[in-house]
Amino acid sequence: MAMQTTEGRPDAAALSTEPAIELVGISKAFGPVQANKDISIRVMPGTIHGIIGENGAGKSTLMSILYGFYKADAGEVLIRGQKTEIPNSQAAISAGIGMVFQHFKLVENFTVLENVVLGAESGARLTPSLAKARKLLVELAREYELNVNPDALIEDIGVGMQQRVEILKALYRQAEILILDEPTGVLTPAEADHLFRILKGLKEQGKTIILITHKLREIMEVTDTVSVMRRGEMTATVKTAETSPEHLAELMVGRKVLLRVDKKPATPGKTVLEVENLSVTDIDGVQRLKDVCLNVRAGEILGVAGVAGNGQSELLAALGGITAGTGHVRLNGEEIDLTGRFSDGQSRRARGISHVPEDRQRLGLIMDFMAWENTAFGYHHDPAYQKSRLLMDNDAIRADTAKKMERFDVRPPDPRLKAKSFSGGNQQKLVLAREIERNPDLLLVGQPTRGVDIGAIEFIHQQIVALRDQGKAILLVSVELDEILSLSDRIAVMFDGQIMGERLPAQTDEKELGMMMAGMLKGG
Amino acid sequence: MDTMPKWADVILIPLINLILALLVSGLVVLYIGENPIEAIGILLDGAVGSTRGWGYTLFYATNFIFTGLAVSVAFHARLFNIGGEGQAAIGGLGVALVSLSVNWPHWTVALPFAILGGAVFGAAWAAIPAYLQARRGSHIVITTIMFNFIASALLVYLLVNVLKVPGSMAPETAAFPKGAHLPNAYEVLGWFGIPFNKFAPLNIAFLLAVICCFGVWALIWRTRLGYEIRAYGHSEAAAVYAGIRPFRITMIAMLISGALAGLMGINAVMGEAERLVIDSVQGAGFVGIAVALMGRSHPLGVFLAAILFGILTQGGIELEFEIPAVSREMILVIQALVILFTGALENMVRMPVEKLFLRLKKKAG
Amino acid sequence: MDFLTLLQILDSTLRLATPLLLACLAGLFSERSGIFDIGLEGKMLIAAFFSAAIAATTGSVWIGLMAGISASVVLALLHGLASITFRGDQLISGVAINFLAAGLTVLISEDWFQQGGRTPQLSGAARFNPITLPLTDTIGAIPVIGPIYTEVLSGHTILVYLALLAVPLTWYVLFRTRFGLRLRAVGENPGAVDTAGVSVTRLRYTAVIIAGILCGLAGAYLSTGFSAGFVKEMSAGRGFIALAALIFAKWRPWQALGATLLFGLLDALGTRYQNIDILGVNLPVQFMQALPYILTVIILAGFVGKAIPPRAGGEPYVKER
Repeated sequence: MAMQTTEGRPDAAALSTEPAIELVGISKAFGPVQANKDISIRVMPGTIHGIIGENGAGKSTLMSILYGFYKADAGEVLIRGQKTEIPNSQAAISAGIGMVFQHFKLVENFTVLENVVLGAESGARLTPSLAKARKLLVELAREYELNVNPDALIEDIGVGMQQRVEILKALYRQAEILILDEPTGVLTPAEADHLFRILKGLKEQGKTIILITHKLREIMEVTDTVSVMRRGEMTATVKTAETSPEHLAELMVGRKVLLRVDKKPATPGKTVLEVENLSVTDIDGVQRLKDVCLNVRAGEILGVAGVAGNGQSELLAALGGITAGTGHVRLNGEEIDLTGRFSDGQSRRARGISHVPEDRQRLGLIMDFMAWENTAFGYHHDPAYQKSRLLMDNDAIRADTAKKMERFDVRPPDPRLKAKSFSGGNQQKLVLAREIERNPDLLLVGQPTRGVDIGAIEFIHQQIVALRDQGKAILLVSVELDEILSLSDRIAVMFDGQIMGERLPAQTDEKELGMMMAGMLKGG
Repeated sequence: MDTMPKWADVILIPLINLILALLVSGLVVLYIGENPIEAIGILLDGAVGSTRGWGYTLFYATNFIFTGLAVSVAFHARLFNIGGEGQAAIGGLGVALVSLSVNWPHWTVALPFAILGGAVFGAAWAAIPAYLQARRGSHIVITTIMFNFIASALLVYLLVNVLKVPGSMAPETAAFPKGAHLPNAYEVLGWFGIPFNKFAPLNIAFLLAVICCFGVWALIWRTRLGYEIRAYGHSEAAAVYAGIRPFRITMIAMLISGALAGLMGINAVMGEAERLVIDSVQGAGFVGIAVALMGRSHPLGVFLAAILFGILTQGGIELEFEIPAVSREMILVIQALVILFTGALENMVRMPVEKLFLRLKKKAG
Repeated sequence: MDFLTLLQILDSTLRLATPLLLACLAGLFSERSGIFDIGLEGKMLIAAFFSAAIAATTGSVWIGLMAGISASVVLALLHGLASITFRGDQLISGVAINFLAAGLTVLISEDWFQQGGRTPQLSGAARFNPITLPLTDTIGAIPVIGPIYTEVLSGHTILVYLALLAVPLTWYVLFRTRFGLRLRAVGENPGAVDTAGVSVTRLRYTAVIIAGILCGLAGAYLSTGFSAGFVKEMSAGRGFIALAALIFAKWRPWQALGATLLFGLLDALGTRYQNIDILGVNLPVQFMQALPYILTVIILAGFVGKAIPPRAGGEPYVKER
């Protein structure tokens, strides 16, 4: 099936001047939000074309249009020069487009083989379909060095392997154009490097690859051409060899990025948080956190770096009282209950631990609650919020919320507005206002600027530093190395549920941290 | 940004849904070969055209308020309690046991204990599904359905083998003592010199239902517990982050829900039948689902929806009397359609209405 | 208990298990596709009514069967409309369908027949009659096996055999065909099916319609095979027992057969005996009636093997990246 694609194609691709795929004037709005504005782009065959932009810049929407998930309001798609309608995924597949989604589209309790075959069966009876597919799958795997066990269940294999299954699915369907949406988000640097080798191999076989990412390093490393998106618009398309990361960054955000935060050197005081051999095992029995030891002193920001999914979320969850753990955690020298009656979030707050969670929409806010109800969230037992033993004092909460909104410049400053009505940055400010204004001894903060616009990022960083300068201890978790490097006074790197080591920001760089994040370097 | 003004969400959409349900019911009546307009006239006259009509309508409404509130409280915690029927039946058992246990001197003494009996029994029947949901993740919809059937088997067993009056053939308990007799509307209004039908079953339990409406409102929107229930209902993950314990909320919400359903026994068992009979609930537990959906889980909405369903029930019975071709099962059809339109097909109405408001807003802006 | 009594009990077990089995398989198709179906009861009931009503008026049970299946499919489509097209709550939709059927069947039968929610008594070609299996004389002579063949297996209506046949058929469709693969996938992860270029909507509608047809058969069996006519509320909670059996069977066809036979046996025992002595403990008939529900709760509680429903069950599919 897919075999005929490899023969003679690279030369033909090199000679061809016709784009493999061309978008002309694509626009798409979701209600009042214009996700894509008049976007045009040409992707040449046999190349790796990067599309870079911040979260929410409209990259994924554009690709979803290309894969038939959304219908564009205006514009057209040309594939190998032919105008093509893509009303659904079926049409996209027929047009030779394959897509590897950020969140894999695999059936967990099916085997690799069944997942590959699903939707591309050769007949109504399953057994011959599977037999045929097995042969082809083995061939494909050998040809592109995508080794997987066809009979393994998806739920039993790792994310790197699952991603290969997704790529195999596309190849099995004879995809000529492969789109990968943020493929490295869940991978370690080593796995990412492997992926890039695979992509380069596919390119050599004549496939066209579109790589969507917000990571500059990946663009520089693997792409031939790069297009930059900002706020739904395509701002530039340049040859990768003729640009620099700084230039791309500027194109992405629209102005010079402030990479270093203005802050005085830290003057750490006594130890506030001591974590000793903290371990967490999830419901499936997998150990997510393995004997983590760390401490945070007053007036200090400890940054925890790592690839997403290496235990940082579990660390925050265990410290914030969301999940139980084993080991010892002491706050100001006093033991904290990790499993018993006082291991919940209420008890943590009572002890002076505030928590800005990684996922504000899922954890930090109730999107259907009004701003004032969200301000009481987690602090609804605060005596200042009570009218009597039974009743809450809603007026008092509203007044308090209005004050907090003003201090943190939340717009619009209306306590009666539902959380979902605010922009990402303003939602985050709402959470920060709630947690920081509690004047905690320890602030846990995860991904403080994820999905937040540039203006708000600066403000949020300033607030965190200001809290440090008041002598509070701060534990910062972020997958953005830039953010870790610019905010932290000390950096701990996590890999596979363990702390790989600690570094001082001045004495390390992205390269060394990257090695540690990949588990290849360990130490002190 | 909210796409619709609040009044559209709270009043317009339920109203459209109700009209749709009635329209389809009208078509059914038309199909049977009767005049729907005439049918509505008879229905309304039978339900609210006399003090007798009102006496029955509000009696039924009282049942529905209890079961509607029961479903609503669980809904706020995003728990779908289909078990109102069983909880009300077991609640009725509790009321009956309390009423029969002592030769009560006066209803004012008997009532608080009967309330306790109904609430505790109803809550107990909700407790097992609640526990299984909270601790073992067993789907509460399925377990509460199962518990309805188990309750019904248990009651039949008790009435046939244990509680039956010796020598009697009827599977029912002895009549309650005089001291457990709740004053009905005729007596209560008589104290104020207001005439009312003497035989209508409306009784003092109606006032209890109104108090429960107010109580549920205060609970959900004014107390910390209500705040926690709502937060948990919107997002379990966020609730855990805030230190709200899912087990506690699931248990408490379901216990309150079961207790409210159980209180229906005060009206149906103690207030009307004055003995426990087989199937004292008569589907009111299920009507509660329609009432809660229609009333958008708000006690005021539940109150109004319960009265509407009271009218439909009483009017439906009168209608069957006047036009035998339209049997009282008509009310089941209307109830089904209301559940369908306000619950399952909600988006069918909501999406076009939202679009309309979006367009109006664009024009205005 | 003598051998003959045992045979009689097994015979009625099969009779009583048949509607449960058909409805259980109906639920299996629907729920495997990710659409929860607590409206089995209603679909069965409406099919029971229309089969009997049309069989009574036309004199042909086959036309009646078609009518019953059609009515059940109409309700199935309504469920599909609510839960697939308008992404409504599948449980609420199921509740509504049950009430709709309970109300409509009585309303229409009153209008058509004026017999207090009954249809006229069916006889002759207007109902399904027992079929004697071939070779009963020859096999019947063999001790033990013979009586089992003639008394238990032979002498049922065609729908009973159809129901038994539906078990291996369902197994084959589910695990050995393209449709089955897609059906199982859409109940686990509709996103995977959609991105593979297969329409989630179409698959789910197909599953819901199959459920409608099977419920139609179950209902028709009740009023034209098991009984000779429709009476009000004649499904009597069987749709919910079927649902219980489905959970008990963990959404698998052969296990569904086992579960429905077990529940059929409980029903048969309950019908035959008012009380049963087991090891000196006197069990009242009501306990036997409640046993399927109690067993299901125990299974759901996960004390005896956990019942894990299809992962995407109950959730309307919304495209997302």
